[in-house]
Amino acid sequence: MNVVVCVKQIPDPADPGALDPETRTLKRDVKLILDESDSYGVEMGLQLVDAAGEGEVRLVSMAPNNEVSGLRTALAMGAESAVLVSDEALAGSDALSTAKVLAAAIARCEPDLVLAATESSDGYTGTVPVQVAELMDLPSVTFGKEITVEGGTATVKRQTEAGYDEVECPLPCVVSVTAGVVEPRYPSFKGIMAAKNKPVEELDLAGLGIDPTTVGWAGARQEITEIAEAPAREAGEVIVDEGDAHERILAFLDDLKVL
Amino acid sequence: MTAVTNRNAYASDELQAIYDQTVDFVAHEVVPHGDLWEVEGRVPRDVLKRMGDLGMFSLRVPVEHGGLGLGMLASATFAEALGTSTFGGFEATVLVHTDMALPHLLNSGTPEQLGRWLPSILAGDTVLSIGVTEPDAGSDVAGLRTRAVRDGDGWRIDGRKTFITNAVYGDLVILAARTDPDDRYGISMFLIPTDTEGFSVASKLDKHGWRCSDTAELALDDVWLPDDALLGTVHRGFHETMRNFQNERMVLIGMGVGASQVALDLTTAYCADRKAFGGRLADLGAIRQRLAMRQAEVDAVRASMYHAAWLGDQGLDNVREMSGVKALGAEVVNRVMYDCLQFHGGMGYMRESTIERMHRDARILPIGGGATEVMLEEVAKRSF
Repeated sequence: MNVVVCVKQIPDPADPGALDPETRTLKRDVKLILDESDSYGVEMGLQLVDAAGEGEVRLVSMAPNNEVSGLRTALAMGAESAVLVSDEALAGSDALSTAKVLAAAIARCEPDLVLAATESSDGYTGTVPVQVAELMDLPSVTFGKEITVEGGTATVKRQTEAGYDEVECPLPCVVSVTAGVVEPRYPSFKGIMAAKNKPVEELDLAGLGIDPTTVGWAGARQEITEIAEAPAREAGEVIVDEGDAHERILAFLDDLKVL
Repeated sequence: MTAVTNRNAYASDELQAIYDQTVDFVAHEVVPHGDLWEVEGRVPRDVLKRMGDLGMFSLRVPVEHGGLGLGMLASATFAEALGTSTFGGFEATVLVHTDMALPHLLNSGTPEQLGRWLPSILAGDTVLSIGVTEPDAGSDVAGLRTRAVRDGDGWRIDGRKTFITNAVYGDLVILAARTDPDDRYGISMFLIPTDTEGFSVASKLDKHGWRCSDTAELALDDVWLPDDALLGTVHRGFHETMRNFQNERMVLIGMGVGASQVALDLTTAYCADRKAFGGRLADLGAIRQRLAMRQAEVDAVRASMYHAAWLGDQGLDNVREMSGVKALGAEVVNRVMYDCLQFHGGMGYMRESTIERMHRDARILPIGGGATEVMLEEVAKRSF
């Protein structure tokens, strides 16, 4: 059971840096860390390999400046190896460009299953996993909260607003994993030390056979036309209890349609 | 611009990852529960076992014994990361186990002793304490009165120990006892399981700070131990104990540096938010300049500590540097906590505030692990 997990290395959300006013994209010349939303996919992949009793988890990532610090975190968790695609021509890549690169890198790994987060914590397009599946001509299941694999079939509990659907899908396939559905393990200290010696294959566009004019700024089909300051949060409504606070809170929540 | 990934010149990527991992662990597994532990006066064993499972006690243990075989820089990194918990009692519980008691076993243990004890120590099933201090002997280790005399195929021990961290709920005490009454340095070290007959906790001591750390007064009445409980060479325990002094001093300052940075961050955030006299507290020169100076002092102590650790890892003498940083660092940490409490105003004096607890926890640092006055003598001896 060989699982590829797509992982993104992002600026630390605790210290998110700034947007570049010229390109209107996030500045990425800071230390990058493993996107927390990808840690669930890594954990799920490790659990599936454990359950299968054989195979390994391999990571695939695209990042500027050959950045590996986020990959090392996932390797410390237990992934066996990683493929990192880094190329100056990838600057300005939109979701589809990213998917093209990931699909090409994943194809080299010939996995049984591809896992990805439903969306990254810095881009939030939420489109890359299905684009990867389409480009690789693989079936895709989104919003997976639980995956079991038996024979050549993945059974995925797919989160919905009402509960979940149970979907069966032939392998290989691409499943996007919802954040919070498993408890990502802490890397052990031994895992941290072992991670430095785990193989990270570094590739550029030429190595993947991708035409540089089809990705990055040159190939982007999306354009960020404007960026603006997020509006300041408005003060909340304070409900002073005069004996009817519970009723007013219920009415407030009812208005929001969250009950 | 190239991204700077590590916090200090001595940090490898792996040490940085160990720091990040430890900070993450304490943020999720310690901080949410620490207030309850303070009330209960102990750190739950399941947390220590969890840390054991993650290999967090294995930094200094040789690779052939299942550890990572790292040095003082690793201990300093770990201590600073633990310091971000803001619960000094938790940090002390862990560091006494890993860096104040365990090194004695690693330095002096026989293969049989290491084989018997290390697996459960690394797993957190056996929690260690170091039993040196007595009612009449603290910094002056040579004044120990607890006696161990030969008795058949073993030793018979009588005496009292006090201020022994981890000994109320711990499992194994590495204990110093006088074996040569004619030599003030004639001390030997022993491994004493806390369920040994004649060994008892005379009292659980009530402390000013570090309240989730358990601290014991111990009574040893006619305790008999077999020969294989002797750790290291008979009568050489004092000299063998001294081998770990620099490490012990370092981790205390490491946790202090970690705590100080959190305290400064909390206080700058508070002062940036708190309005007074038509502006923010952070805009008042008296406050911003004082906090800036404290930050500079913490940065200096941090850099000095890692440098002294690096010297130690090179096999170079670092007694002057580490003693100095222990003396300076402990004072700086207390200055930081004093000012941070001050700038929190009345809120800082409330038991519910983090800074109030950190202020109490810091007070032990110029006392424990070598009092400031003793540390300065170590520096002075090498200056004159």
